[in-house]
Amino acid sequence: MSGASSILKSKIGIVVIVIIVAAISAVVTALLVNIIQRKAESKNGYVRLVEVTEDDTDPEKWKTNWPKQYDSYKKTSLATRTRFGGHGGSEALPEQKIERDPWLKRMFKGYAFSIDYRDRRGHAFMLEDQVNTERQTKPQTGSCLHCHASIMPLYRELGNGDAIAGFEETYKYSYSDLNQMLKDSGNDHPVSCVDCHDSETMEIRVTRPGFIQGIQALAESDAPTPHLPSIEQWREGPRAAPYDPNEDATRSEMRSYACAQCHVEYYCASNMKLTFPWGKGLKAEEVEEFWDDTTFSNGEQFFDYTHKESGAKILKAQHPEFELWSQGIHARSGVSCADCHMPYIRDGASKVSDHWVRSPLLNVNRACQTCHRFSEEELKERVDGIQQRNFDLLQRAGAALMGQLDAINEARAQGATDEDLKEALELQRKAQWRLDFIAAENSMGFHAPQEAARVLGEAIDYAWQGTVSASTWQDKETQQ
Amino acid sequence: MNKALLALVILVGVMLGLGSFTFYYGEGHSYLSKNPEACLNCHIMGPQFDSWQKASHHTAATCVQCHLPQSSIYKYISKAENGFNHSKAFTLQNFDEPITITEKNSRILQQNCIYCHSAITENLTHGSTTDANALSCVHCHRTVGHGEPLGLGGPLRQEEKGGI
Repeated sequence: MSGASSILKSKIGIVVIVIIVAAISAVVTALLVNIIQRKAESKNGYVRLVEVTEDDTDPEKWKTNWPKQYDSYKKTSLATRTRFGGHGGSEALPEQKIERDPWLKRMFKGYAFSIDYRDRRGHAFMLEDQVNTERQTKPQTGSCLHCHASIMPLYRELGNGDAIAGFEETYKYSYSDLNQMLKDSGNDHPVSCVDCHDSETMEIRVTRPGFIQGIQALAESDAPTPHLPSIEQWREGPRAAPYDPNEDATRSEMRSYACAQCHVEYYCASNMKLTFPWGKGLKAEEVEEFWDDTTFSNGEQFFDYTHKESGAKILKAQHPEFELWSQGIHARSGVSCADCHMPYIRDGASKVSDHWVRSPLLNVNRACQTCHRFSEEELKERVDGIQQRNFDLLQRAGAALMGQLDAINEARAQGATDEDLKEALELQRKAQWRLDFIAAENSMGFHAPQEAARVLGEAIDYAWQGTVSASTWQDKETQQ
Repeated sequence: MNKALLALVILVGVMLGLGSFTFYYGEGHSYLSKNPEACLNCHIMGPQFDSWQKASHHTAATCVQCHLPQSSIYKYISKAENGFNHSKAFTLQNFDEPITITEKNSRILQQNCIYCHSAITENLTHGSTTDANALSCVHCHRTVGHGEPLGLGGPLRQEEKGGI
């Protein structure tokens, strides 16, 4: 004790001991506070400070209650690039896709996409970019706002409370008229919180009438949907009420359905209401069959535009991400859109779904490595290999279609009529539909690589059949 | 009593009190048990705990039975080492995700597979099963401990479809 008591006798010794004890206490207190904070985080998902209702389309209001989700949602205004997605060009004006792949421009001749077709920007720009596209120099339909704006309150207003009825009227409006109504009602926001979340419970839900009608038609068809078990379950039941995704679907399915409200193939022009073509299934040829069997009110067979060079009645594919994903191994394994595009982020002790919707290639550790235990480099290389193969095949299919158009032009120059070229033009419609189905889809084949290759293979086959048919038109005439 | 000594005793007493409360509040005592819920204390093992409950081994083995050595001395050394690493990482929030098992812990895991299944694996395990070239049991039997990766389920199996 002599050593200890001598320390205690010197003032410096006491000061040193006090400092040491104070430092240790500070560290222990900091740890205690940290533990308290983590425990609190794990208990409260969110605190509802302001009331939000079904009519609150402005995400600014929601951010008070859900700041973490809102922060990441706002990040969709940031530019993101991957090798095949995102964009070159300036930030304000992404590069033209139709300049990069000249066959795209020729394929779209006679359609507004030949005027302006650029790489996409993030969700934050969906409304602004649509208002400003040069495609607006041609009259566009109000149907487009189904997906580009937070439009549900306006649908309810137009349908006197019935959103579906309101929706079914909007194709008759011009884009600019409906957009003005949207502005006047204060709902001119890009798709926001209320579009995917129930304002009461925050549960994920679907609101878009186009999707609800489309998925009901799919449920009523015979097309197998092993990746959507709730549909198969509904089919086995009494079918007393139509399939209702908000009631019948699993939570995992809802994490894809929310995205499938827009990232799909549809008809969006002024001849009839916005239509999701799923009544015969989700595969490229099943969607094609649905369109082939659809007629306009004047009795004419469905088409999107007349090709300016060849005169073929063309089907334009939108962006069938949900449809292609449906054919892939991820869908089959129960992996939803949000699992990869909005993966969970751990924030302290709480888990938040990343609302910065973007390519999984920019988020490999959360999006892929949760299931695939390989290094980031390895996973990126695998994806790159898949996409490169798809890209190469896509270019081949583009070249094959150009070959067919050349053959049709040549036949026309030799005096072939529409009747002589009937078969060739039908084959162009088939080939171009398949090519566009994969070209317009935003994953460069990744959502279902084997299916993408199958569809492109058919595109190439039909294009060459069409080439042969066009260049042998005179033989047919002599035979007759 | 020396006044300085009294002050020192009070200081140390306060520190001890604060320390033991923190230990209690942080459920430090639970780490001495083998209760799987102790591993949930720091919130990060949620998916691992959830998936273990749904995996085949939840009736046969708890967290520590697979993840800590069997011999009692090494068990506590390993427990202390992992405990320190985990608390440091979680307090400082400076680790990579998704979390992956370290090489050292992977060897412990492998030895534990064989510890229980030695009778069946006897003919397969001549030579080392833990060196760099060896094939670990969980390379193929990956889902026994935690089921399908992190709770992601496949589509419903036929027998799961009936009834709502």
